Amino acid sequence: MDQGPSTPPRPAPRPAPRMSATFDPVTLAEIRRAAATGIYDIRGYGAKRALPHFDDLLFLGASISRYPLEGYRERCGTDVVLGARFAKKPVELRIPVTIAGMSFGSLSAQAKEALGRGATIAGTSTTTGDGGMTPEERQSSATLVYQYLPSRYGMNPDDLRAADAIEIVVGQGAKPGGGGMLLGQKITERVAAMRTLPPGIDQRSASRHPDWTGPDDLEIKILELREVTDWQKPIYVKVGASRPYYDTALAAKAGADVVVLDGMQGGTAATQTVFIENVGLPILAAIRPAVQALQDLGLHRTVQLVVSGGIRNGADVAKALALGADAVSIGTAALAALGDNDPAFEAEYAALGTHAGSYDAWHEGRDPAGITTQDPALAARLDPVLGGRRLANYLAVLTLEAQTIARACGKSHVHNLEPEDLVALTVEAAAMARVPLAGTSWIPGGGGGQ
Amino acid sequence: MSDQIDLAVATTRDLNGALHGLPPDTNRTLWRVLNPRGQHALAVGVDAPIRVEIAGHAGYYCAGMNGGATVVVEGNAGNGVAENMMAGRVEVRGDASAAAGATAHGGLLVIHGNASARCGISMKGVDIVVGGSVGHMSAFMAQAGTLTVLGDAGDSLGDSIYEAQLFVRGSVASLGADCVEKEMRDTHRTALAARLQAAGFDGVDAGSFRRYGSARRLYHFHVDNAGNY
Repeated sequence: MDQGPSTPPRPAPRPAPRMSATFDPVTLAEIRRAAATGIYDIRGYGAKRALPHFDDLLFLGASISRYPLEGYRERCGTDVVLGARFAKKPVELRIPVTIAGMSFGSLSAQAKEALGRGATIAGTSTTTGDGGMTPEERQSSATLVYQYLPSRYGMNPDDLRAADAIEIVVGQGAKPGGGGMLLGQKITERVAAMRTLPPGIDQRSASRHPDWTGPDDLEIKILELREVTDWQKPIYVKVGASRPYYDTALAAKAGADVVVLDGMQGGTAATQTVFIENVGLPILAAIRPAVQALQDLGLHRTVQLVVSGGIRNGADVAKALALGADAVSIGTAALAALGDNDPAFEAEYAALGTHAGSYDAWHEGRDPAGITTQDPALAARLDPVLGGRRLANYLAVLTLEAQTIARACGKSHVHNLEPEDLVALTVEAAAMARVPLAGTSWIPGGGGGQ
Repeated sequence: MSDQIDLAVATTRDLNGALHGLPPDTNRTLWRVLNPRGQHALAVGVDAPIRVEIAGHAGYYCAGMNGGATVVVEGNAGNGVAENMMAGRVEVRGDASAAAGATAHGGLLVIHGNASARCGISMKGVDIVVGGSVGHMSAFMAQAGTLTVLGDAGDSLGDSIYEAQLFVRGSVASLGADCVEKEMRDTHRTALAARLQAAGFDGVDAGSFRRYGSARRLYHFHVDNAGNY
């Protein structure tokens, strides 16, 4: 019997190609890269993985039982005083957003100047970094915090006295317990001279202070710094978020005026990726234990708490303050405001094997935006005056946004925001921020713990 | 005629405040500090070219960040004596605890007795002369300046050293990563003799020291060196 024209056999259906969630493309590429080079990956930026963050919190706003303030009319204060505990000259800021420590060396002189200009217009402080204070930075910054770091590169008592506050750096969020490595291509003659090292060598920044260990020594170190500066300057202690309850308590007990707490989203100039992504706490998990420590000592609002690591907008600012911080600090966001990772440079990012938004080779000194570089031609791309203006604009937006939320919650000062204004969208965020899961009265974890 | 501050009745703040208030051309150039009793942060950050004599033992950070004074501790000194000194002279008649001269940029630190661990850690240009011996990890990450030891050096001398130069007359328990013995040339002997004289060790033969410094093998990070870090 005629079967008619034969049809070619159809291939048996095959399973669709499936990428492993565990061995995803980024992971596989890293395995190949490690196999090819034999060295761990070093990069800038903070943690890039998804983490519980301020996005997981919501403000409740005013309602029948809460009375809002009139937008554009009724005053909502944003000023903050840091360091009134012991310092004769506390730092007075107009806004509760400061610029975090970033070094000349990792950043160009123009970028440092732009940060100073922007902070000054906005009425806030900026901060030096490893390698000491440059005259440009002192000149362009009305309020300058001087970092006192383990390496003590460029550490000079004259600069200590010229600063408006001193920040003893114990650690940072991107690498609690880690030091640093500034690669030779960024160690120009000027950077080398400031750090008393030969130009062009890979320069290690120490992870421990050379002349003190532990909280009892820290108390004496703070005493020395106060004596050298005649008790004029506020003394901050900066820690990476790891054991925030105890670190905050110990810093406060050692005599700090201000505790700076940096979460793992906080950026770094150069650290191992494995370190950035796997050590420390997201800032959301660190604020309440730190506030608890200060409350337990009766020092909340007497010792100020500045938090950082992933602050991007006024909602983040407001949420951090509602959880009990006195101010926040920004680094990565400030660089983005200056033009870091701007799509305008997409072709050049592509030539470096990356793209705008992903660029994190801040340690290599080839930044198309001219920020994380010591190359004179690249650095010249950033106009410090224009950059300063952009940063000031951004800081103004952060402040306006935080005020908008605070007024909606009925607060005449951003510091009047409180945990009761917040709920969480996830169980994790509810436990970490110690606020109820939205629509419930449930605070997982009992709202305590150290 | 000297000024005198008795720390049995005055405070550390009184002492440092008085010393900081002196103009560079002050004629009150000799200060006696009585009853120091191991207190911390004595005579720190003093820029005036004066002489401060501490009649006893000092605690942590004595003469820290010295900017030009001569500070003499007539007893022992605690942690971090003359840390981050910029200029001037600090002399300890007894022994010094850990981290003596840490990160100091300039000036001369003389310790007549022994210095403990991490003497000259991260030093950045200071000259340190120790009459006795130094403890382990001395001159760790030392960047510039000289450390001269008339006695012995403990373990891991000069670990991860940069451009500082080390001179030891006695034995060295062990050298740290990237620290090697180097040839002692005439220029080194001449400069060392001058430093010994400045430190008050005139009779000591500069030719009896051995010199150590950086092999400069770790100046550029390389995976093959990972075992050395």
